[in-house]
Amino acid sequence: MSDTITLTIDGKEITAKRGQTILQAADAAGIYIPRLCAHDDLSAHGSCRVCTVMVNGRPQAACTQSVADGMIVENESDQIRNIRRNLIDMLFVEGNHFCMFCEKSGNCELQALAYRFGITAPKYPYLYPQRELDASHPDIFIDRNRCILCGRCVRASRDVDGKTVFEFVGRGAEKRVAVNAEATLRDTKIALTDKAVDVCPVGAIIIKRVGYKVPVGQRLYDHEPIGSNIEKGAKKG
Amino acid sequence: MSTNHKGAVRAICETYGNDRSRMMDIVRDVQAEFGCVDGEAMNAIASAVSGHRVEVESVVSFYSFLSNKPKGKVVIRLCDDIIDEMKGSGEVGDAFRKELGIDFGGTTPDGTISLEWTPCIGMCDQAPAALVNDTVVTDLTGDKARAMAKQLKADPNPAKLVKEFGDGNNAHDLVRAMVDNNIRQKGEVIFADMAPGSALEKALAMSPQEVIRDMKTSRLRGRGGAGFPTGLKWEFTRNAPGDKRYVLCNADEGEPGTFKDRVILTEKPELLIEGIAIAGYAIGSDTGIIYLRGEYAYLRPFLESKLSEMRDKKLLGKNILGKGFDFDIRIQMGAGAYVCGEETALISSLEGLRGDPKNRPPFPAQKGYMAQPTVVNNVETLCCVARILEKGPGWFANMGSKGSPGTKLLSISGDVRRPGVYEVPFGIGIKEMLKLCGAEDASAAQIGGASGTMVSPDGFGRTICYDDVATGGAVMVFGPQRDILDVATKFLDFFIEESCGYCTPCRVGNVLLKERMEKILAGKGEPSDLEYLRDLGETIKAASRCGLGQTSANPVLTTLANFRDAYTGRLKEAVDGKQPSFDIQAALSDSKTITGRASVHFTE
Repeated sequence: MSDTITLTIDGKEITAKRGQTILQAADAAGIYIPRLCAHDDLSAHGSCRVCTVMVNGRPQAACTQSVADGMIVENESDQIRNIRRNLIDMLFVEGNHFCMFCEKSGNCELQALAYRFGITAPKYPYLYPQRELDASHPDIFIDRNRCILCGRCVRASRDVDGKTVFEFVGRGAEKRVAVNAEATLRDTKIALTDKAVDVCPVGAIIIKRVGYKVPVGQRLYDHEPIGSNIEKGAKKG
Repeated sequence: MSTNHKGAVRAICETYGNDRSRMMDIVRDVQAEFGCVDGEAMNAIASAVSGHRVEVESVVSFYSFLSNKPKGKVVIRLCDDIIDEMKGSGEVGDAFRKELGIDFGGTTPDGTISLEWTPCIGMCDQAPAALVNDTVVTDLTGDKARAMAKQLKADPNPAKLVKEFGDGNNAHDLVRAMVDNNIRQKGEVIFADMAPGSALEKALAMSPQEVIRDMKTSRLRGRGGAGFPTGLKWEFTRNAPGDKRYVLCNADEGEPGTFKDRVILTEKPELLIEGIAIAGYAIGSDTGIIYLRGEYAYLRPFLESKLSEMRDKKLLGKNILGKGFDFDIRIQMGAGAYVCGEETALISSLEGLRGDPKNRPPFPAQKGYMAQPTVVNNVETLCCVARILEKGPGWFANMGSKGSPGTKLLSISGDVRRPGVYEVPFGIGIKEMLKLCGAEDASAAQIGGASGTMVSPDGFGRTICYDDVATGGAVMVFGPQRDILDVATKFLDFFIEESCGYCTPCRVGNVLLKERMEKILAGKGEPSDLEYLRDLGETIKAASRCGLGQTSANPVLTTLANFRDAYTGRLKEAVDGKQPSFDIQAALSDSKTITGRASVHFTE
């Protein structure tokens, strides 16, 4: 059995390695599939669902679904774009996001996705939840108002840092990220150098005193939309 | 926490071999002994099982019956599903409030009694019902509730609330429940008699492959709702590579309106146990686990005694019937989480984790419990298995309809004269079913519980089977006096409460659906809201990760399709270009209070 297989994404035939996820195969082929909870250095989570694609006519998360020979994937249809837009909208109204005041602005993947999808205002009503803020640690703070429950910090701390500083507690709309301590973040073993501190796609886990080192206007997504790096990969190849 | 307290927690962990995967048992026992699993207990458990405190907190915070704060010695959990509400749970709740002097969510000042709402406890045929610790009380009224509360204040022993026992094994010494079976119609598969051991004996005379072949020939499909072919599932599991294989019996029936597994567990436990053992033999497993929902804890001692009777009869344990087959079963209790009826969430829970569903693939047949090949079957399915072995696959395949062989247990409740459990042939017409249960004047039937299909009288000509209106067994009937939109909104409440919150569409989408339904119910809906509901509902359905989210929008989507008039009749056209839902006076009220003066905007 050959290790290389062929599938099509939006009608374009691409080759992939057996065992890759659709997301990995698409990245390698220079096709950007939007995602929030997925991260190259972490195990797949499949929770944000922004990477939903149609696989042989059925919706699947591209970050958890493996490729198969002859698979037909839709990534850019109106239906898929609509689903993704709705999901991004949901993440905005579920929390309390203040892009204009957030020091992550310009480096935030949620904000960047909203721009990429042309979202100027969510179509759903804001839910204005009461969320906790934890500024107890000398170097790191957590603002759960901006948390999108992607679980990157949970996986990074558990699998990469070997510390399990973060875990989800509660369920449903009450679900939130908790820390491994009776009280607050300062009572955990978290360190500035932890992967968990580094992977937050939004402004929920923030390193103190570095917020504006890179001025607004020179940030990651200020000039090119999120996903451009992946799409450029294709032109080169 | 005292040293004694810590020692007791450590002793509980020790009972389970300090095994992290037995977290559910550990936290349940701690909760039972101390009334909660507080921070100190979490620390003690984490250190005993070599885990992290936040992992324990994660589990405790997930399940409704567990708490990190002390609750009363007695917790009254009054069921608030739609059927209980229709039958008067509101009045019962008021009586409890008044008599106990506390509101829902509260505990009496002496710390004796707590009062809570709970979703469906599987007693819709005798609603309103409540759980008092593990004791079930049924057919409540305001007067009964007042008397109960008085009695509990004087003597906080829930067992003493049961003055009369229900029918059948509900009166058994190890059950002693006031629950009734209400079996209204017996069919040939589940409620017929079978000599214990006869099915297993036949199975062991065959090769495992032959047993699987018989399942395929019978065309048995899963009775839990999804309807996957049982033989195929077993074959996948048998053929998947692994060191060990498991049979999991899903006895976590939590779909609002379903209670048929409760009746099987009460009346046909031997049949079920035999079915589990046959499944074990077929897939090459020596371990079965019954995952029993926390609400049915009152059945546990009885089921344990049945397991031990089966062991005595050589139908379980080592060298079953002298044929060299080793197989045993243990019971795992749940702790109040509907989503654990989803097979991968059930596996998470069994592994001692929060009941989050898992990513698929891999499917449980490849990598299930403890990452080993695992079969998860519904209670009713496993009973069918035993009967198919006893009577032969042809006998089974000839019953029911073409694509859906066999019989189906329906639990019917709501506006019917004869609520209860009916064993009917698959393919029965909805009209005929409504006649059977005494609901000829029904104006709607929700087939398949809250996540099912709301059928209007136009659809009463349809049939109940996998190819038409599919169901796990729950049927709720609504008479002309009911507001269908209100019912659909109530179902959303349930899904919001029971969503695990893992994925965005289910966690957020259902809350948004409910917001818009409430807007329409309040008479502020606009025509565009219907398209909004449909688009949002379709997104939740398509993008959700597990069956809960993939079906949670069904009450809205199927009422939109089948009861359009109920929506359109309440909408207002926005004639002046303004949003009817926007109340400028209300929006400005806070600022008026703060500034201490009326705003100068226009008035009506």
